[in-house]
Amino acid sequence: MDRAEIDARIRGLIEPFNKKGISVGDDTTFAGDLEFDSLTVMDFVAAIEDEFDIIISMNQQAEIENYGQLVDAVCKLQGD
Amino acid sequence: MTDLFSKFDPLIQQREALLASGVEDPFNLVMEKVLSPTRAICNGRETILLGTYNYMGMTFDPDVIQAGKDALDNFGAGTTGSRVLNGTYQGHKECEEALKDFYGMDHAMVFSTGYQANLGIISTIAGKDDYIVLDIDSHASIWDGCSLGNAQIVPFKHNDIDAMGKRLRRIPEGAGKLVVLEGVYSMLGDIAPLKDMIAVARKYDAMVLVDEAHSMGFIGPNGRGVAEEQGVLDQVDFVIGTFSKSVGTVGGFCVSNHPKFEIMRLVCRPYVFTASLPPSVVATAATSIRKLMHGGAKRAHLWENSRTLHGGLKALGFELGTGEPQSAIIAVIMPDLERGAAMWEALLKEGLYVNLARPPATPANMTLLRCSLCAEHSAEQVQTILGMFERAGKAVGIV
Repeated sequence: MDRAEIDARIRGLIEPFNKKGISVGDDTTFAGDLEFDSLTVMDFVAAIEDEFDIIISMNQQAEIENYGQLVDAVCKLQGD
Repeated sequence: MTDLFSKFDPLIQQREALLASGVEDPFNLVMEKVLSPTRAICNGRETILLGTYNYMGMTFDPDVIQAGKDALDNFGAGTTGSRVLNGTYQGHKECEEALKDFYGMDHAMVFSTGYQANLGIISTIAGKDDYIVLDIDSHASIWDGCSLGNAQIVPFKHNDIDAMGKRLRRIPEGAGKLVVLEGVYSMLGDIAPLKDMIAVARKYDAMVLVDEAHSMGFIGPNGRGVAEEQGVLDQVDFVIGTFSKSVGTVGGFCVSNHPKFEIMRLVCRPYVFTASLPPSVVATAATSIRKLMHGGAKRAHLWENSRTLHGGLKALGFELGTGEPQSAIIAVIMPDLERGAAMWEALLKEGLYVNLARPPATPANMTLLRCSLCAEHSAEQVQTILGMFERAGKAVGIV
């Protein structure tokens, strides 16, 4: 799966969590722009983990602040 | 100079706004006198206690108190040292023997608090490249144990067996795995489906740690907790518990059948680098634990209290944390913090103390009035409590 396809799939997954319909770019932040609280983060991460059959541990999540970093992380985890 | 305290400003403002409404400070209550396990003078009023963790009412047990007095006379006020240096007295060993007998396990290690037991065991046994899979609603001491260590942390949705299994399945082959669960979750008073969860953990070769802080002494045929009640205690690698609830004093412990468990005493930093419990505390704990082994009649009465309060509050129209009573904790869900605080104060003026629990300690940002029952609450007291809830609930407009 290439980066564009992973990006498209994550865009689909983020929609139900993007309550205010913010336009999402690589530099869109989860805590700031999208206002994700800890419960939303858990549900969103679970949706991504199930879609790609991967684990994104909390240690890895701590390194992911914006959308672009998330796509990169999923690309990397897919490759592992 | 940047004021390092400016990060607390939102909380300071929220607190000031709450107190400006004239409500008594829910987080600054003083008990001037304690009359019994169920009654105290709080802020000048005689009050029924319905927000302590004194589930089995052992705090004023005459044998327990005598054991503490004797230890004070014979061993002094404190040990002034670590368990691994000069801080292990006869009483600490007797306390560990009592725990081994209580749980029927080979090893017991006493910590200075329950918080430190979770902090120490979790951070020590799960190292770098190991995985900790834990319930998202875990107690702060479990999360802090995760933070103190270096393991990969993977949470799953509360009590969701399928979500836990999926995460365990995806962990890289060969990595060490620790599943951390609680018997009773203390905010809503609900229990975990340990039998099914532990079966899944075993399927993926994970070790299992269960915190039974809120079930010890009460749940299970011998009061060993939810794992005993569900017939899977022999499948649990580590049981964590506390002396500050049913046992009636302070302290924490881990019991285990792991053949190498004793090495923990040398490698577990929150055990090594702190002073051990005072002799009077371990003496009261050991006496209380041995008495709890024979607490069948008290357990039955506590269940009766839990069912009566749960059924009564439900009939009055309060929204509760669980559909059925599952433990000695009954959580009453409040519409918001303001009305929760108003209801808390109305109950206090009626002469009833409950816990006001609020985010971030609560799941899903709920405000809760948490009631915890005691085996020493009489049936009449429970009826009195229901009357207080009815009057306060109507005055505040919640029912």
